[in-house]
Amino acid sequence: MTGTGGGASNAANESARAAGTGPVPAPGLEIVSPGPSATVQDLGRPGWAGIGVGASGAADRGALRLANRLLGNAENDAAVEVTLGGFTAWACRDLVVAVTGAPCPVTIGHRGGAVNTVLRLRAGERLRLGTPARGLRSYVAVRGGLAVSRVLGSASTDVLSGLGPDPLRAGTVLDVGPAPGPLPSIGFAPVPLPEPDELVLRAVPGPRADWFEPDALETLLTRPYMVSAESNRVGIRLDGPELTRASADELPSEAMVPGALQVPPSSRPTLFLADHPVTGGYPVIAVVVAADVDRAAQARPGMRLRFTHAPPR
Amino acid sequence: MRVLPCADVGLLVELDDLDAVRALHAALEADPPPGVIDLVPAARTLLVRLDPDTSDPERVEHAVRRVRPLRTGGGAVPGSDAPVVEIPVLYDGADLAEVARLTGLSENGVVAAHTGTEWTVAFGGFAPGFGYLTGAGWSFDVPRRAEPRTVVPEGAVGLAGVFSGVYPRSSPGGWQLIGHTRTRLWSVEADPPALLRPGVRVRFLEAT
Repeated sequence: MTGTGGGASNAANESARAAGTGPVPAPGLEIVSPGPSATVQDLGRPGWAGIGVGASGAADRGALRLANRLLGNAENDAAVEVTLGGFTAWACRDLVVAVTGAPCPVTIGHRGGAVNTVLRLRAGERLRLGTPARGLRSYVAVRGGLAVSRVLGSASTDVLSGLGPDPLRAGTVLDVGPAPGPLPSIGFAPVPLPEPDELVLRAVPGPRADWFEPDALETLLTRPYMVSAESNRVGIRLDGPELTRASADELPSEAMVPGALQVPPSSRPTLFLADHPVTGGYPVIAVVVAADVDRAAQARPGMRLRFTHAPPR
Repeated sequence: MRVLPCADVGLLVELDDLDAVRALHAALEADPPPGVIDLVPAARTLLVRLDPDTSDPERVEHAVRRVRPLRTGGGAVPGSDAPVVEIPVLYDGADLAEVARLTGLSENGVVAAHTGTEWTVAFGGFAPGFGYLTGAGWSFDVPRRAEPRTVVPEGAVGLAGVFSGVYPRSSPGGWQLIGHTRTRLWSVEADPPALLRPGVRVRFLEAT
């Protein structure tokens, strides 16, 4: 991932390093510790489902977009998705960064930093993300965007299909692209805190709601579910009341969407996130609206989820 | 046609059969309504994926219902002018005897039927580069294995339902395995990365 080039671009890299900006990507962040899990994500690779490739991309798309907007980047620029904090990286040169998503303690060298603000990181300083008190996924964006090789147009790591860059490890060096235009004049974005104990998600009856006993949908929309530990970027497995099917017919595989609540033979739903399978063979009882899928991506194991019927738009 | 809602991110269009799926897919691909970001065909459905920020599901549904499906007679599909991909197979699969029993053919008869059929990639899914193949005149319906395998090797050639397919990489799987190939089905360095894309025709050859 380290940028290499001909003599001319090496010289450009040198001056880019000195200035913290420049026309070509150059090493920007070296990972010291990725924490429990950290991957590179942009807004994914939609449009390839026909050959079995899912869209992937940031699990909390709104948080990634916000981080990029704060820095004047394109919304689709690649950033680091950090899971449950514990992330440390070292600046190879002067950088401007923003941390969004799950609000975690941020330190730069020995200074404290704040989430949802524009932060300046000098060459040689360390950026540390502590464990968030609420939420699960934080985003570290760098002005200029991460310059990571793309697969089918996206730098996102898809943990289900194995496409995209490897998950970040200690020692991974991430190149950063040239700074875009001027920094936006707003250096802080107020964002509501993720819910601490219980998350209410808006859902609408799904394409196969009629495959279930008549009371199943009501059960889903009135009873609480618990986020199980077997949850990742593919989906959130939920513990709670069983959703009983009306028939045991086999469903021919059909396409899935993010936010789908698919009910496997365990009768307990899985809520699909960014790396969900392109197609699935179990019925979808309900679908969480797009805006709330971002909030679902911040749900931690052990947290309570409730689903409420979304009013039509 | 039934149009089933998927919140603000999609419409799942349920159709009578695969030919109807292909025809609607071809028509929408040629002229996608505004806000449509992907079309995902499957056996009896076509998912119309919507951008929740820019699309209006109701307007897209009207457009989908109005569209004139692109029928391309004889089971041919969009891209049927594509060349035939030939895949040499060593028919040594662990389930060949079971498939022979299920179909009432001899093992040689299974091989003859599989190599004698012209297959077409109907749709993708399951894994990058996996294509669900349907065969003109292939009349067998082979149930999946009762117990899926935890590991199916890359290149394994299998049958399930009315479909045949080749595992692009090692993965768990429940298809009945009849052989294997060394042909590479997926490479991100290749353009396009998948050998088997919807519409591509496939002929299996017996390798020895």
